[in-house]
Amino acid sequence: MTTTTVNEPKKRGWRELLFGRPEQPYVNPYVGGALLGVVLFLAFFLTGNGLGASGGLNRYVVYLEDLVAPEHIDRLSYLLKMAGGEKNPLDDWIVFLTFGTLIGGFVSGWMHGRLKVETNKGPNISVRTRWLAAFVGGTIMGYGARFARGCTSGQALSGGAVLSAGSWAFMFAVFGGGYAVAYFVRRLWN
Amino acid sequence: MPPFPLPLDAMIGHYGAYAVYLAIGFAFGYVLEISGFAISTRLAAQFYLKDMTVLKVMFTAIIVAMVLIFFSTAIGLLDFNLVWVNTTYLWPGIVGGLIMGVGFIVGGFCPGTSLVSVATLKIDGMFFALGTLFGIFIFGETVHLIEEFWNSSYYGRLTLMDWLNLPTGVVVLGVVLMALAMFWAGEKLEQHFGGIEKPRRTWGRYAGIGALVAGALLVVLLGQPTTEAKWARLAPEKEALLEARAVQIHPGELLASLADDQLQVVMLDVRDEADYNLFHLRRAEHLPLDEVDAAIPDLRLNSTVNTVYVLMSNDESAATEAWKRMAAESVPNVYILEGGINEWLVTFGHDDPTVQPTPTPPVDDELHYVFASALGDRYAAADPDPHHYEIEYTPKIKLQIKRGASGGGCG
Repeated sequence: MTTTTVNEPKKRGWRELLFGRPEQPYVNPYVGGALLGVVLFLAFFLTGNGLGASGGLNRYVVYLEDLVAPEHIDRLSYLLKMAGGEKNPLDDWIVFLTFGTLIGGFVSGWMHGRLKVETNKGPNISVRTRWLAAFVGGTIMGYGARFARGCTSGQALSGGAVLSAGSWAFMFAVFGGGYAVAYFVRRLWN
Repeated sequence: MPPFPLPLDAMIGHYGAYAVYLAIGFAFGYVLEISGFAISTRLAAQFYLKDMTVLKVMFTAIIVAMVLIFFSTAIGLLDFNLVWVNTTYLWPGIVGGLIMGVGFIVGGFCPGTSLVSVATLKIDGMFFALGTLFGIFIFGETVHLIEEFWNSSYYGRLTLMDWLNLPTGVVVLGVVLMALAMFWAGEKLEQHFGGIEKPRRTWGRYAGIGALVAGALLVVLLGQPTTEAKWARLAPEKEALLEARAVQIHPGELLASLADDQLQVVMLDVRDEADYNLFHLRRAEHLPLDEVDAAIPDLRLNSTVNTVYVLMSNDESAATEAWKRMAAESVPNVYILEGGINEWLVTFGHDDPTVQPTPTPPVDDELHYVFASALGDRYAAADPDPHHYEIEYTPKIKLQIKRGASGGGCG
């Protein structure tokens, strides 16, 4: 029988530390949902605010704009509210929540062996097409999220749980928009 | 006052509060990841009816949080007035939602899930997140072109309970039952289109359904506290403030505050229309006592860090009644004009010959003056020049730090 040498002490480099953990399956969606519900409840219960993501990303964008072209900010009232004069657009709770979301996602991915440099796509498109679609879709999503004053987390999830009438109308619109177009872009995913 | 939400800034400071948000964000990201929301193909499958994970996670989260929130408000643990409820801009919300739906199916994520995807090193997630930042940038640069539509169909803090005119508990129960029906239909669909096996009927499923329905029924039975019940709970503390005359401000203080750039004084005149038309202070808004309750959500929403509400009636009775309702519903920084309009006229109306005291003995909370004509705010006493008066008074306005919600996750 041929075996490779086993005497060599196993080197645990940083790659091994990051990516070497055994991959584990995802939790049952109802269990995940219930946990998400508890997190959402705690956010409201402790702080009065719900969850969100696009608001945080928005402030990162405005921060960069303020670095590059501060006088430009002062001309647009929408941006002025966040970064006018001495105001720092990053001095807001949602920025910290968004940063926490990144860390939480990373830690969970690492613990469950799901950190993986990869591109998830439908079987009939190239990786580059997927990247392009992701960028274009992201652009549409970013624009729409600001248009609707919130994304799936800030409007649908948070507004839905406190029974905001506008959030429920919004939520059905998101699903409506997705289902209406899904057939035409089926090549991307199927 | 219900103890929650916590006054985080006052308790642990500005950055202490941010640490709490960081922790909540961490939990959010963690839960999204274990639900599989970092994988675009899994999210997109929702729209081909092959895998209903998105629907299941989202609606389970909504109904679990909803039942917990409205149970907490029912038992007086959480102040719903301090919970941020997304304001309704109906049509911009619907149009934005439709655009986002398209972005979702083309790009495979929503902003929150793309963050988790980036965190777990998915390259498509990174392209999506970059696109999101770019889309946000475009919106910020072009919003002035569509500003009119973007600010249209505004309904303020409108809940499904207000819209349907149903008790909160009934709406909560209805939403729970609707979600359960959607789960049932969703599972049928994914069995048909996605070839997913019929789930086993474990005790966990029945326990979950039972707990949610029981929780919703409990919310129906308990009901939500009324303004009167909230006042009853607050009365000992707040009556003491009224007794000590800590919230009744002198006419001189009101005049000085109106001229103070640091304060945004909103005067609310709660008298009937006839009295208001005869005489009122310039820029005082007319809000009859019986319309106060309906106006409270907007008053709370429009309150900024330096907003001060000053209530006034002819004497103090009606203004005090309005003050109690506003205090019970957590409107911050509300004061009463001491002695009302009558005292104001004693102070500022004595050199106007067209304003004369009534010949009959004064009755409580009625005008003690007769006016030649209903000139409203065109009397000199309606807008006295602060520089002409040197009045001594004990200042009472102290800005209270606004507690609770500060504008939702979308600001």
